[in-house]
Amino acid sequence: MATVTNTSNGTYKVVGTRPLRPDGVDKVTGRAKYGADYSLPGMLHGKVLRSPHAHARIKAINVEKALKLAGVKAIVTGRDLPEGENKSVPLGEMSVNPRHLGHNILARDKVLYQGHAVAAVAAVTPYIAEQALELIEVEYEVLPPVMTVDEAMASTAPILDPELRNEELGDQPTNIAKHTQLKRGDIEAGFKSAEIVIEREFRTAMVHQGYIEPHNALATYGSDGRGTIYCSTQGPFEVRGMSAAVLGISPGSIKVVPAEIGGGFGGKTTVYLEPLALLLAMKTGRPVKMVMTRAEVLRASGPTSGSHIKVKMGCTRQGTITAAHVWLAYEAGAFPGSPVAAAAMTVLAPYAIPNVLIDAYDVLVNRPKTAAYRAPGATNAAFAAESVVDELAERCGLDPLDFRILNGSHEGTPHPAGPPYKRIGFIETCEAIKNSAHYKSPLKGANRGRGVASGFWFNAGMQSVAMVHVHADGTASVVTGSPDIGGSRASCAMIAAEVLGVDVDQVRPMVTDTDAIGHTDVTGGSRVTFATGMAVFQAAEDVVRQLKERAAKLFECKPDEVEFRAGTFAAKSNPSTSITIKDLAKRLPRTGGPVTGRAAVNARGVGPAFATACIDVEVDPETGKVEILRCTIAQDAGKAIHPSYVEGQMQGGTAQGVGWALNEEYVYDSQGRLLNSGLLDYRMPTCPDLPMMEPIIVEVPNPGHPLGVRGVGEVSIVPPPAAIANAIYRAVGIRMTELPMSPPRLLKAILARRAEDRTSPAAAARA
Amino acid sequence: MAKTRIEATINGEPVEFLCEPRQSLLEVLRDVLNLTGTKEGCLTGDCGACSVILNGRLVCSCLVLGLEVAGATVETVEGLAAGTELVPLQQAFLQQAALQCGICTPGFLVAAKALLDSNPNPSETEIRYALAGNLCRCTGYDKIVRAVMDAAALMRQGQGRASSPMQGREA
Ligand code: FES
Ligand code: FES
Repeated sequence: MATVTNTSNGTYKVVGTRPLRPDGVDKVTGRAKYGADYSLPGMLHGKVLRSPHAHARIKAINVEKALKLAGVKAIVTGRDLPEGENKSVPLGEMSVNPRHLGHNILARDKVLYQGHAVAAVAAVTPYIAEQALELIEVEYEVLPPVMTVDEAMASTAPILDPELRNEELGDQPTNIAKHTQLKRGDIEAGFKSAEIVIEREFRTAMVHQGYIEPHNALATYGSDGRGTIYCSTQGPFEVRGMSAAVLGISPGSIKVVPAEIGGGFGGKTTVYLEPLALLLAMKTGRPVKMVMTRAEVLRASGPTSGSHIKVKMGCTRQGTITAAHVWLAYEAGAFPGSPVAAAAMTVLAPYAIPNVLIDAYDVLVNRPKTAAYRAPGATNAAFAAESVVDELAERCGLDPLDFRILNGSHEGTPHPAGPPYKRIGFIETCEAIKNSAHYKSPLKGANRGRGVASGFWFNAGMQSVAMVHVHADGTASVVTGSPDIGGSRASCAMIAAEVLGVDVDQVRPMVTDTDAIGHTDVTGGSRVTFATGMAVFQAAEDVVRQLKERAAKLFECKPDEVEFRAGTFAAKSNPSTSITIKDLAKRLPRTGGPVTGRAAVNARGVGPAFATACIDVEVDPETGKVEILRCTIAQDAGKAIHPSYVEGQMQGGTAQGVGWALNEEYVYDSQGRLLNSGLLDYRMPTCPDLPMMEPIIVEVPNPGHPLGVRGVGEVSIVPPPAAIANAIYRAVGIRMTELPMSPPRLLKAILARRAEDRTSPAAAARA
Repeated sequence: MAKTRIEATINGEPVEFLCEPRQSLLEVLRDVLNLTGTKEGCLTGDCGACSVILNGRLVCSCLVLGLEVAGATVETVEGLAAGTELVPLQQAFLQQAALQCGICTPGFLVAAKALLDSNPNPSETEIRYALAGNLCRCTGYDKIVRAVMDAAALMRQGQGRASSPMQGREA
């Protein structure tokens, strides 16, 4: 079980305990309603026709035959969507390009990846809708596909978007949507003062978030001009804003009701089916339900970028890193917007390096438009940087954790992309691993190795609203707009219970729709327990403030003469005059009416997250298969509100990192057709693939949060690929530079090494 | 398409429904019988979200035709609890925090029940292999495996259905 390394001194009654989650019973009995579980009377079923080509011009679409099929009620194509503006517009704290978004929902002139939506049908049954798809005639002019960043960046590359320009190239068409550069110090001088310099090149494959629940949407539209969308999403307000932008209607005319959500990991922060279902509902006047198949999820929802990365890093013989140059090119997919800028800002974030140059390229390729995936951009980059860090440590003869501690970022270290860090816990995560039973244990046996690696993620603040209602029986409800994917209702209820001084089972949390609460940004960026939790904290404090006024009336004193402790109000002058929240709640009608606490925050004070992983592997030299023997991950949570769900995030992120490291990848043929669009071939870790995952929760409180919370949802995915690469190196002496390190790829490297050993005396001597 | 009238026993109750030849058992459960606790993750037998027990055997309901269950008994997640009383597996999943998003949970509970029905004292490895057909993307499986171990222990101690309600118990 987990250890908690606690450096905070707060004493809490509820925070830090492990109550049962409030939505748990519904989820173990099958009662919880996810998006696909909704249905409405008179409902139609929608299906999407998708491009068989990776890159083609649409010359004509003929829907006549399909429309004649009995039971077909409506068909829409790209021409049914207004052409959005080709510029970035703000949406909450995100921004979207309405034209690109619209073209991804339904292609207009070109299809840009296999699976790109071309038309959508609503019919009385899903079977008829599917039949109708076969009757739609699309004439394509097939174009050569551009599948990798290297191909796309070549000057002779076919151009995906003839209108795309970037500042550096002036009026020249390009597939490079953006070049970002970060600089600090004097990179040349930095490398001159280095005594050891390592330069390596890495490639990583496109991977999918792999949530088990496919995308879904059920939309209704009334003659009052108001639409409702029920769907599984991380961001109901984003669904509302984006759907409105795509359809050219006002966001206020749409209500989004967030269903339970079956995983997202960033992939459910945008829209695919939602505007289509609403458009079809507008056309037919009937509810329309759409659910993706797994193949559609893999082909057409946003995975995260494959990448090509070069890292050059230098250090002194004593191990001080003096300079680093990182070059990153990330697949954006069909439209601009890979997480490469985030990659640039995270790649060196764990270290204090005086001289830094980072070049980052966002590159269009004929693959689905990428979407966020847990610490977007950071994992690819950390695989590269942390492999090089490991090599430098080895060359210096230092323990890889000592090397990290020596160079580690701490309070005051300038972050590559911003102001100096406040209190952070990077070094503490390295020390936690160093002191762990795992790291101290010997690892014996042939073809076995232990690797460590670290990772960084910003975490996000952004906007949240919370309400706390006090009921007549003294219970309270906590209402937020943050969909709960991994236990955040539990943490919100616990925070309210802590402030109100009541037991957590006296607080009932709920997630409501976009009409019932103020703007709340996406469940993402590890922000819910931090930012929505901050709103809940303040809303509960607002309740306490109001209740003090009521108590003052009863005590016949001033509100500031009322003291509140452990759920009881007392008059300071006469502590024997006291009343519990429960009793006071009964008296509300006669002391001024109901009490509701409110808070709306634009949360500042985000605390960055760091994690360090230690992973033991055994390599089968005959097959190239890597077995994970043992895995420990230390992560700075700031303060763990509900440690079980903090551990859950750490374990789940680590598991995804293991999948990314060893098996997961999009495999395309030369025509840009995805060859592994099912879960048998898109190989995610299964239960027998993994050992128990040992989480070490490190608590270095975030000074920017009333309870010290940082946010824990993402960073644990970052270290595993590099940690596993470093472990493989120690097991078999091979530095893998390409993800996934799948059996065929590793076996090839092992066989190449053997062939080299046979022919080269130097290599033989090394062996 | 012509529909066939099927009689089966689902969660202990006799049930009749009309079914098209192309409809899977998963579709019948979710769309015809409104038993939406059984989930769809892939429709190709690769995720286990649709797991049910058919005549005592664990199956992917997306790979079984509705017509095939004529005269059969089917157990789904909705049939696990006895009334409002959770069974040890359900309790253990809550206590171990073995679910995050929960979409895989019905499938895991059903697959774990199938395991414990035949092997009341499984090792960690046996549990991991018995659950190999169920994907969970949130948890890394650690807490799921622990929950199944705990449930097995609870059941061996015969604490099954007699245990107290869940309120306020520590996870
Ligand atoms: S839905 Fe049946 S196995 Fe995935
Ligand atoms: S809890 Fe989300 S897939 Fe298992």
